[in-house]
Amino acid sequence: MPKLTVDGIEVEVPAGATVLQACEAAGKEIPRFCYHERLSIAGNCRMCLVEVKPGPPKPQASCALPAGEGQEIRTDSEMVRKAREGVMEFLLINHPLDCPICDQGGECDLQDQSVAYGRGASRYDENKRAVTEKYMGPLIKTVMTRCIHCTRCVRFSEEIAGVDEIGALYRGENMQITTYLERAAKHELSANVIDLCPVGALTSRPYAFEARPWELKKTLSIDVSDAVGSNIRIDSRGREALRILPRVNDDVNEEWLSDKARFQVDGLTRRRLDRVWIRKQGKLQQASWEDAFAAIAKAKPGASIAAIAGDMLDCETMFAAKVLLKASGSSLIESRQTGMDYAVSSLAAVNFNSTFAGIETADAILIVGSHVRWEAPLVNVRLRKAAKNGAKIFIVGPEWETTYPATFLGADVSVLSKLPGDVSDAFKDAKRPAIILGGAGLAAGAHDAALALAVKFKMVTPEWNGFNVLHMAAARMGALMLGFAQQGGIKDLVAAKPAVLLALGADEVDFSAFEGSLKVYIGHHGDKAAHAADIVLPASAFTEKAGTYVNTEGRVQFADKAVFAPGDAREDWTILRALADALGVTVGFDSFAELQAAMIAEVPALGIEGLADYGSDLPKGDAKADLGGEIRYPIKDFYLTNPIARASETMQRCSSELLHGVEFAEAAE
Amino acid sequence: MAARHLEPDTPELRARWGNFAWNAENAEKAKEVLARYPVGRQRSAVMPLLDLAQRQVGAETNTQGWLPIPVMEYVAAYLDMPIIRVVEVASFYTMYNLVPVGRYHVQVCGTTPCMLRGSDDIMAACKKRGMHKGHTTDDGMWTLTEVECMGNCASAPMVQINDDNYEDLTVESFDKVLDALAKGETPKPGTQLPGRHTVEPVGEPTSLAAMVKENHDYRGEW
Ligand code: SF4
Ligand code: FES
Ligand code: FES
Repeated sequence: MPKLTVDGIEVEVPAGATVLQACEAAGKEIPRFCYHERLSIAGNCRMCLVEVKPGPPKPQASCALPAGEGQEIRTDSEMVRKAREGVMEFLLINHPLDCPICDQGGECDLQDQSVAYGRGASRYDENKRAVTEKYMGPLIKTVMTRCIHCTRCVRFSEEIAGVDEIGALYRGENMQITTYLERAAKHELSANVIDLCPVGALTSRPYAFEARPWELKKTLSIDVSDAVGSNIRIDSRGREALRILPRVNDDVNEEWLSDKARFQVDGLTRRRLDRVWIRKQGKLQQASWEDAFAAIAKAKPGASIAAIAGDMLDCETMFAAKVLLKASGSSLIESRQTGMDYAVSSLAAVNFNSTFAGIETADAILIVGSHVRWEAPLVNVRLRKAAKNGAKIFIVGPEWETTYPATFLGADVSVLSKLPGDVSDAFKDAKRPAIILGGAGLAAGAHDAALALAVKFKMVTPEWNGFNVLHMAAARMGALMLGFAQQGGIKDLVAAKPAVLLALGADEVDFSAFEGSLKVYIGHHGDKAAHAADIVLPASAFTEKAGTYVNTEGRVQFADKAVFAPGDAREDWTILRALADALGVTVGFDSFAELQAAMIAEVPALGIEGLADYGSDLPKGDAKADLGGEIRYPIKDFYLTNPIARASETMQRCSSELLHGVEFAEAAE
Repeated sequence: MAARHLEPDTPELRARWGNFAWNAENAEKAKEVLARYPVGRQRSAVMPLLDLAQRQVGAETNTQGWLPIPVMEYVAAYLDMPIIRVVEVASFYTMYNLVPVGRYHVQVCGTTPCMLRGSDDIMAACKKRGMHKGHTTDDGMWTLTEVECMGNCASAPMVQINDDNYEDLTVESFDKVLDALAKGETPKPGTQLPGRHTVEPVGEPTSLAAMVKENHDYRGEW
C-alpha cells in the first residue's frame, strides 16, 4: 500500500496502482486518450504526463508508471502544463480539425481536452497527413484521418472481444488502423469501439449525421434484446429514439453493449402497429378501440381466457394481465412461448446464481446447450475473462466459434451422464466449479441432469453457487417470478381451449394450435403474431413505457420511458385496464403507480432494485433423467431474434452482410 | 499516401500464390525455427518465418522475394495466429517487401553521414541506369529504395543490395559492383576501398593512438 502525495495531498493506493490512479484517488483529473480502465496499458498518447519526484527531471506518463512509496507527484506545475500543451499540439498536427462535420463533436475527448489543456491556437502550417477511410462493416463509420493512434480499438477487439480483427499497419507517421483487408468487423460487440474511440475516427454508421449530443434527451433504461439486462441510455429527440448507448454497471454489462442492443433502435420506427386492426373475412381491417373491445366482449370468454407473455415484456404488463385473468377466474398464463415446460418450483433452479461478475472467478465451467456468444454476448465476455484466469471450459452442444479455449464434448446431451474422465477430474479439482445451462439445454431435457451434476461436483457451497441457467428472454425471470408458467407449458393452454387468447408481445408462439380461440395480439410490431391474430391492439415498445425487468441473474432493474408510442398505440397496462372494463371485471388499479404497488405487494422482490434472493436450496435433480438427445440452438440468426430487430434495417443488413455474406455496394458519399 | 502498401488482393494474386506452402527444405527450416521458442509461444517465430517465406518467394520468382497476401495467410495459419497480427509485423519492418521487387533490391542510404560522403552521387548513378525510387526496372533486375541509416556510417556512403552491404562507395566502385551483379558474379561485400578491410581507421589511427601497440592508461591526461 504505497503512500504518496499528489499536489501536496497525501493518498494511499493499493499496491500495483498506477500514478494516474493515485492522482484520481486524490481527486485530480488527468487528461488521457489511450488509457482505459478495462484495457491493457499502452502508454502511447502521452497526454497523461505528470511531474514525478524522485525521478528524471522530465514529465512522465502517469498511466504506465507504478505508484511508489513516498513519490511526490505534481499535476499543476508549469512543467505539466507545458507538457500537456505540447502533447496536445502534436496530436493536433495531423488531426483534420473538422469538428463541424464530425459526429463526435460535443462528446469528443479530443475536443474537450484541447479546450481544457491545449494552447488555443496552432503554430503548424505544414501539410497534414491524410488517411483513406477504412471499411469496417455496416455499423462502424470511419474517418481515419482523425485517428490519433491510441490503439484502444485494437486492444478492445483483441482483449475484450477476443476476435483479433483490428490492427495497426505500417509505422510511425504512416501508421493506419484497419481491419484485415478492410473486411467488416464480425463479432457481436464490434460497435463498442465507437464508444472507446476518443476522437471521431470511429463513429456510428447508422446514426451518422442524425443529431448533435446536446439536442438529445437522455433516458435511463434497460435493454431487452437478451436476458442480460444491459443498462442503457436512450437518446431521443422529439418522438423518436435515435440511439442507444451503454451505461456503466460493473455487475451487469460493465460498459459494453451488444451490437443488437445498440442498433436495433431503428426498428422502433418501422413496421409499427399504430392502429387497431380486426380480422374480417380473413383480412385485417382498421378499426377503432371501441370496436375491438366490443368484439372481445362479444366472445364472452368468462374464465376461458389465457395469456402468453412475450420475451421483451416488463413485469408491470405481465402483472396487469395476470390480475385481469385472475379477476375473470383464469390462471392460464405462460411465458415460455416455444413450449418449454421445465420445472419452476424453485426459482433458484432456473436462475444464473453465480452472477455475471461471479462467473469470472469460476475455475471450471460446463456449458450445456448455449451458444453464449449469440445468446448473451456480454456473458461471453465474462467467460473469456474466466478462461484468461485459468478456468477450464467445456461445452455440450454443436460447435460454435468460441473466443477462448474450450473443449466441445459433442452435441448429444446424453454425454452428461457419462462425462469423459478429464472433464470429471477438472470439476473434482475445481474450487469454484460452475455449470451454465442454456435454453437449448433446457429444451433437450437436461435440467434434472444438470442439477444432479451440481450436487455431484459440489457446485453449491455456502460461499459459492455454481448452478446457472442462462435465459434468452428479457422477460423470462420476471415472468417466472410472477408465475407465468404452467406445469405443462403452452400445452396446458392449448388443452384448455380458451375462448380468448391474449398474446402479449408474444411472436414466437405456434398459433395454429389455437384454432378455435379469439387471438388478441397486444404488441408493437407487425411481426409473426400480428399475422395470426384476429384482433391487433397497438402497444408500446420498451422505449415507450416505464417498467421493471429482471435479468437472468434475478437482478431487478427499472427502466424509464423515453418517448411516446406512435399513432394510436398505448402503454400496455392501459390497454389491459380498458379490456377489464370491456369484460366487466375489476382489476383494482387505475394508474401505473397503483399497478406497480399492487405488483410489489404480491411479489415484494420486484420492488427492490438489485439481486432477488431465491435462496440457494436447489432441487437434487435426477442423474438418471431421460436425456432428450441432440442439442439444437434456438437462435439461427443473431441479428434477427426479436420483432424490433427484425424490423430494423441495420440489423437486416448486418444479418445479410455479416452472416450470409451478401455484398453491398458502397453508396458514394 | 504511404509509399508502403500491400499488393492488392486480386484473383490473379490468389491464383498465383494461393497454394503457397513450404518447399521440402524450408519445411525443415521452419520446424527448426519453431523449436527455438517455448511451447505456447510459437507466435514469436513470426519474424524468421516471414523472412523464410519471403526468401522462398524470392527463389521461386528469381527476385529478392516479397510477401503476397496468401503467403502471409499461410504463415499465420502455420503459427495459428490471427492474420492481422502477421500483417502488422510485416508492414512494420521495412525488410519485408510488401510488393514485388526485382532481382536485386538496391537500398541506398541517404541519411546525413552517407549524404555528406556522397550518397547523392550514388543515387544519381542509380538513376543513370534507369532506376527510380520505389520502382523496378523493366528488365526486372533492379528495385531502388532510399533508406535511412543502416549503421554503416563509419564506411559511408553505403548501399545494401539483398543480403549484402557495399561500403566506402564511389560512383566508379559502385558501378563495378552493379556490373558484377548484372553479370551474375558475386562482388566482395563490405568496404570497396582498396586496402581497407572493415571499418578500421583509414591511414593512421587518429584517436586512441597510444593504444595501438600496448595498453595505455589515458586517465592521467584528462
Ligand atoms: S480509431 Fe479511434 S480508438 Fe482506434 S486507434 Fe484511432 S483514435 Fe484510437
Ligand atoms: S494515457 Fe498515458 S500515455 Fe496515453
Ligand atoms: S548514415 Fe548511412 S549508414 Fe549511417
